[in-house]
Amino acid sequence: MAHHDVSYLAPKETFLKTVMSWVYTIDHKKIGLMYLVAVLLMFFLGGVAAMLVRAQLWEPTRTVFVSEDGSVYMNPAEAPEGERDSLKTETRGIFFQPITTYVSRPAVNLLSGSTVGAVITASQDGSPSVSLPESDGQTSNPLNIALTDDGSPIFTETTDQRGNKVWELRRENPDSDEPGPVLASITVDGRGNPSAEAGSGLSTRKTTIREPGSTITTNNIYNRMFSLHGTIMVFLFIIPSIPAALGNIFLPIMIGAKDVAFPRLNLMSWYIYVFGGIFALYSVIAGGVETGWTFYTPYSTTTDWGSVTSMLLAAFILGFSSIFTGMNFIVTVHKLRVPGMGWFDMPLFIWALYATAIIQVLATPVLGITLMMLVFERMFGIGIFDPALGGDPVLFQHFFWFYSHPAVYIMILPAFGVISEMLAVHCRKRIFGYRAIAFSSIAIAAISFLVWAHHMFTAASPVANVIFSALTFLVAIPTAIKVFNWIATMYKGSIAWTTPMLYSAFFLFCFTIGGLTGPPLATLSTDIHLHDTYFVVAHFHYVMMGGTVLAFIGALHHWWPKFTGKMYNEFWGQIAGWTVFVGFNVTFFIQFFMGTQGMPRRYATYSPEFELMHKISTFGSWLLAIGFLIHLVVFAHSVFAGRKAPRNPWGGLSLEWETESPPLEHNFAREPVLTHGPYDYDTVVPPHYDPALYPLPERSDNAPSHH
Amino acid sequence: MTSAPKDKELKPWEAYIPQHHWRNATDEAEGAKLGMWLFLSTEVLLFAGFFCAYAFFRLLYPENWHDASRYYLDWEIGAANTAVLLLSSFTIVLAIRAAQQGNRGMMLIHLGITQLCAAFFLIVKLGWEYWPKIRDGKLPGIFFDYPAVYAQRAAEKAMIVAPDAIIPAAQVAGDYASTFTPGAHDHIFLSIYWISTATHGFHVLVGMFVIGWAMWKAYKWHYGPRHYTSLENVGLYWHIVDIIWIFLFPLLYLV
Repeated sequence: MAHHDVSYLAPKETFLKTVMSWVYTIDHKKIGLMYLVAVLLMFFLGGVAAMLVRAQLWEPTRTVFVSEDGSVYMNPAEAPEGERDSLKTETRGIFFQPITTYVSRPAVNLLSGSTVGAVITASQDGSPSVSLPESDGQTSNPLNIALTDDGSPIFTETTDQRGNKVWELRRENPDSDEPGPVLASITVDGRGNPSAEAGSGLSTRKTTIREPGSTITTNNIYNRMFSLHGTIMVFLFIIPSIPAALGNIFLPIMIGAKDVAFPRLNLMSWYIYVFGGIFALYSVIAGGVETGWTFYTPYSTTTDWGSVTSMLLAAFILGFSSIFTGMNFIVTVHKLRVPGMGWFDMPLFIWALYATAIIQVLATPVLGITLMMLVFERMFGIGIFDPALGGDPVLFQHFFWFYSHPAVYIMILPAFGVISEMLAVHCRKRIFGYRAIAFSSIAIAAISFLVWAHHMFTAASPVANVIFSALTFLVAIPTAIKVFNWIATMYKGSIAWTTPMLYSAFFLFCFTIGGLTGPPLATLSTDIHLHDTYFVVAHFHYVMMGGTVLAFIGALHHWWPKFTGKMYNEFWGQIAGWTVFVGFNVTFFIQFFMGTQGMPRRYATYSPEFELMHKISTFGSWLLAIGFLIHLVVFAHSVFAGRKAPRNPWGGLSLEWETESPPLEHNFAREPVLTHGPYDYDTVVPPHYDPALYPLPERSDNAPSHH
Repeated sequence: MTSAPKDKELKPWEAYIPQHHWRNATDEAEGAKLGMWLFLSTEVLLFAGFFCAYAFFRLLYPENWHDASRYYLDWEIGAANTAVLLLSSFTIVLAIRAAQQGNRGMMLIHLGITQLCAAFFLIVKLGWEYWPKIRDGKLPGIFFDYPAVYAQRAAEKAMIVAPDAIIPAAQVAGDYASTFTPGAHDHIFLSIYWISTATHGFHVLVGMFVIGWAMWKAYKWHYGPRHYTSLENVGLYWHIVDIIWIFLFPLLYLV
């Protein structure tokens, strides 16, 4: 262990120097670790938002008490003594905030069935006025008149001194026989001309509009919560999660390099990420956004709620971080592979990161310019997306999805990469179909640019829909190639049921469901019905969470011993894994059924028939949260009290297992010499590997022969 | 004292060693250039957003596009700026050539000419294009106010030209106005014009900073026959700024 020098990680003489050693570092491992901490923090933040969204849907309405002057109380005891008896109950959403503004509208509208009899309105100061529409001289039947607010009308027919007919309108009083004061009277003179005037009973009466079930405030909070969840999870968590955090730490080590090609650019990418994160957090504090993470126009250009501009700039800035990471990775893979490592000697994780980096570099600028145009639109009213000025809001959707569809492959491709690594290592078997997996990553990257309009089947032209529908089905081919190759890799492997392996299996289960629910959405006829329903929500989460997040958690366990130098508790890791898996499926599987039955997404409330399904889904989200909390405890325990990790706890063959745990400052004591490929489990004994150190299958049929 | 004689001291470009993680200087230079090309591809895609928006609205409002380009833009100014940028692209190549030959003086002169060209471009852009447009109300989207300002200015002009004339000023203004028929979507054309040329202008400004930085490095002898990577990358960046303008010019000015 002469070269076991990890002093670059150790605390320095003073606290300030320790902090500065991280602030100014250009070491890819430290930058990756900082990214890791940040994305986990963002995962927590986005998760809290998701929990609140589910909480709202657990019980979208609750009963509140409203007094006559419009004050709202959660509990009748809060009301002043005198008002308690006159409180009325109403239902409001769970994010209810007492609101004091009410919308005034005409106090009483008198409408007859076929022709308008008379309209009585209250002006802003409460004084009533009665008007009659133009009449052909014949009075309409006043008995046809109805009150638009509650209460039944009573009409009394009298005759005044001149012999004209007068109908007096009163409100029926259910508590006594005495009718209320006269609301209005309509007089018809001898020639049949009607006239009307307001009565005394109308003078103070005002109605307010309140929607039962939820108020504007509640719905806005709900909108903010799911928008917060979406923007944080997409731009701040899932896109940088595997590439910028784990990729940064492991890409150079796995190709035998000392660092990424541009270490300073790497640090800059990290600070741009922080800078963008500050914009996003400012937006949240300043009121958040209610546009969803997709920022669709015209809503995003017209809403003045919260801080949309700040969130747009955050996504714009974060795009640069993503671009720089991608550029760095491409050049690193091209130029810094250890001598002797050809393209097909690279671990598949590197292939996946390479394909991801291509998308990052080619797609993100388009998002950047789209968001800039949206910012210009909001700030200067340039009109490109504004139909009132001759612009086209659907153009925004095209621009947005031209980036954001490839972006979902930025999210999932690195997950494919780590699954290839974890399956091979923990099944102790040569990966099946190496080249097919490698090329399918590139194929997915290429196809990803040609399918964006399948997000817009209800908005784009029919011809384009047919083309994009057909192209979308192409994605299934490389994806299925991967899944079949992974299953073939597991076949007859000696599977070690470690937490990473467990998560690989979870991934295969959930991602396959997510993948197979894609074709119904790519099919035009079914997508028209499933569009914007919970079916889409479930599909997306099965791919993104059941795919990327499960792979990310698995990868964290897989490489945890390497980058922290500590082992984690295997038993509790697996308990947490199962909790997450069960919680995930309980949360999202039911949403497929909700979607097919017509539950639209992004709604703060729902019809009663969805109540049970929503409650099941919310219950699952609690299980998920518990699972993640157990993981957090397991990781914390490992950091503070974990057993020291050996160099190669799983018996892996790629280069990161040949260096120390945690790796040395420049990754290797000397430039590694390639003596075997990353998946040569049938011919090579893994280096530094002691089977006694960590659970592995007790007996395996195809264990490597020692000769 | 054993310090070497002054003329034997190595200049920075001669003493350059690659960063620790590169195997050799060739790999490093190639890597840097590959990175730069990737960055250029992101620039192309960034402006592709503008070009797509341009193509989209031109298909929607072709006549409007045709007229708006003539009414609002002055092709002569655009052509002058194009010529200047082409010249600057040529001089920055000569600067790289001078670096390869180890000729610091020529390098600085050529970079200086490039810098002057960039400044010329920006001054013309701001002083002869943006400022008159702002004054005349040729602004994008909701700020578009040209016809109103135009009529007022025409009336003022009539007063100046013929203060004692029999023809009432208003009639002159009317004659002016009759020669101008604004299209329904002029503001969209101007939106595209403003956001694309402003973004391009920002790139020119950034270019001036990086060329300035390269001049400082050249002055400090950091560039020589064996090491001029960052100068070459600055050149590549400057070419993309130039090329983007070469696309913007005909699309906006010569429709």
